[in-house]
Amino acid sequence: MRDIVIKIENLYKEYRLGTLGSGTLHKDLQSWWAKARGKEDPNSMVITAAGQKRDINERFWALQDITLDVQQGEILGIIGANGAGKSTLLKILSRVTAPTKGTVKVRGRIASLLEVGTGFHPELTGKENVYLNGAILGMTKNEVDRKFTEIVEFAEVEKFIDTPVKRYSSGMYVRLAFAVAAHLEPEILIVDEVLAVGDARFQKKCLGKMEDVGKQGRTILFVSHNMPMIASLCSRAVLLDQGRLIGQGPTTEIIQTYFSRGRISKGEADFSQAARKPGDDTAHLLAARLKNKRGQVTTEFSIDEEIIIEMEYQVIREGARINPNIHINMADGTKAFVASDAVIDNEAILKTKPGRYLARCRIPGNFLNDGTYYIGTALSTMETSKVHFNEKDLLQLTVVDPIEGTVTRGRYVGAIPGIIRPALEWESENLA
Amino acid sequence: MAAVKSNQDETGWTMVLRPRSGWFDINFSELWQYRDLTMLFVRRNFVATYKQTILGPLWFLLQPLLTTLIFTVIFGRIAKIPTDGLPQVLFYLAGIVCWNYFAACLTKTSDTFVANANLFGKVYFPRLSLPIANVVTNLLTFLIQFALFLIFMAYFYLRGSSITPNYLIFLTPLLVLQMAALGLGFGILISSLTTKYRDLMHLVTFGVQLWMYATPVVYPLSQIPVKWQWVYAFNPMTSIIEIFRSAFLGAGTINPWHIGSSVAVTLTILAIGIILFSRIEKTFMDTV
Repeated sequence: MRDIVIKIENLYKEYRLGTLGSGTLHKDLQSWWAKARGKEDPNSMVITAAGQKRDINERFWALQDITLDVQQGEILGIIGANGAGKSTLLKILSRVTAPTKGTVKVRGRIASLLEVGTGFHPELTGKENVYLNGAILGMTKNEVDRKFTEIVEFAEVEKFIDTPVKRYSSGMYVRLAFAVAAHLEPEILIVDEVLAVGDARFQKKCLGKMEDVGKQGRTILFVSHNMPMIASLCSRAVLLDQGRLIGQGPTTEIIQTYFSRGRISKGEADFSQAARKPGDDTAHLLAARLKNKRGQVTTEFSIDEEIIIEMEYQVIREGARINPNIHINMADGTKAFVASDAVIDNEAILKTKPGRYLARCRIPGNFLNDGTYYIGTALSTMETSKVHFNEKDLLQLTVVDPIEGTVTRGRYVGAIPGIIRPALEWESENLA
Repeated sequence: MAAVKSNQDETGWTMVLRPRSGWFDINFSELWQYRDLTMLFVRRNFVATYKQTILGPLWFLLQPLLTTLIFTVIFGRIAKIPTDGLPQVLFYLAGIVCWNYFAACLTKTSDTFVANANLFGKVYFPRLSLPIANVVTNLLTFLIQFALFLIFMAYFYLRGSSITPNYLIFLTPLLVLQMAALGLGFGILISSLTTKYRDLMHLVTFGVQLWMYATPVVYPLSQIPVKWQWVYAFNPMTSIIEIFRSAFLGAGTINPWHIGSSVAVTLTILAIGIILFSRIEKTFMDTV
């Protein structure tokens, strides 16, 4: 058996839901004064919208009783829905935060790649940033000296290495940042979703680099929502759910467990052969698909690409005014939006006869933000407002931002928050 | 960061992460291992400061010169506060150069956590390396301003002013070290408290300004009635500035009790600062 390089024993991490303290000295003094007089602390409760009081010091366990051994040289995938505790685990391992209970024993140096380009300063040249970033990630100056040529070659920025990075294109910036991180030589590397950026060719290069690192006997912990990537890189995976470790084993098995527990990562859901189809005696769902412009079923879309959602359904009862709609949810369950074919004088909807129908909805390119979205399909009738089927989170799609050439980001390369990221019309004029 | 044992223990683990425990577990050897990073932060700070100003390094000279001019007019000419018989320009410049270094160390380190939350949330490195880098960066500014002071001193000396530099000059490195320690101690103390109390941030700039007037910068300690001078023993900057003036200009009040309490207060503040900082850095990311 190979050596164990990370030994996690009964690890717990607790977070408080409210903020620690009130944030101002004034309110803390107020609380203290109330307590001193034996009264109820005026700041310990928040009034919820329903008018109920809720304790802001409520706690929750982000990680509960995690016990895990990681062996030397393995590439371990960590999967789970958002909020399952993956990032918390990585934060503890990379020493960004401390555990509440339990221990983690580590053999060797850990470096984490929680986000590329951490600590890059726009005024410094590419070379200066390589040294600074390298040092932040834990390299000594000597190590960077030895690796410098290799890093610059990998990033393909030889000509611009003495230019301040504020003049770099966003693609160059990301490449340089990743190159530094990829040339770290820690015994254990923690990678969190960094590969979601950069163009496809560079992503491939990064994956190759990571596989090399794995072959050199180093250990990698890899967190991603990108299941194909996890499947191709990792031999073993662990599944987290609501802070607990609920499975570990061969990657393919664990990925299957993950999907069977709820969400399906498919571009297509087909019920046409199913014994029980979603629906009632008015209509039922036959299939739903995600397609790109070329008509291919897929789950991955570039941010500027049109997303076509198809919904195939069977109308059984004569005369129903059928209204197909789609529900777009975020990974955390937030509803992004609902769209429905509610045009009043739509011939097809007005005179629905029994038979098979296909509804097609197009989400334009440069509308959704990058990230993962869950698509639910539903069918309702308007006049009595009845829902015939409502399949939540039936399909999953990922919008990928290639960064270079993205019209909605300009030279900025960091994360852009928000549910949608529409390309809007802008006008700027000089008034002076 | 949990309690970390860097040395290999008998089971061969290089690092053991545990819940935070104890009051004082800053890992100084690790801080030393990351000295390259500290120096790179210094370089970054310096380059960034230069490139973002129009006047560049000239600014470091203009600021003390203009302040000296204002002090000379207001406190020297109008208020006519005595300066221990020293040329007013030199008297004020000496105080300003010292005060600037201390004040810069304090203010630049007082927002360590809040200003670097993004960086701290992504990657681990000894957090103390950032405030230490700030103190070193400010040292370069201090040296530039100190050189300016020496030039003025030489000019006045050659013109026959009654200044008598003496062997106390050799204490200068110690004075600088004490100012750095005091500024760093207070700065990280405040930076630790501001993670919980954001409203303290507003107090810093204002507080430092007030503190300057409670320090013999625009007046000599000898102007304070003897029966009240003991109050100044609590202000560690008092003896630093008085010794600095005595050393380079030959006039100042040196009181062994003041020196003793100044050093004691400095060490206490630094110790409290480091202890609090090391506690906060472990759970800081959970509170923002």
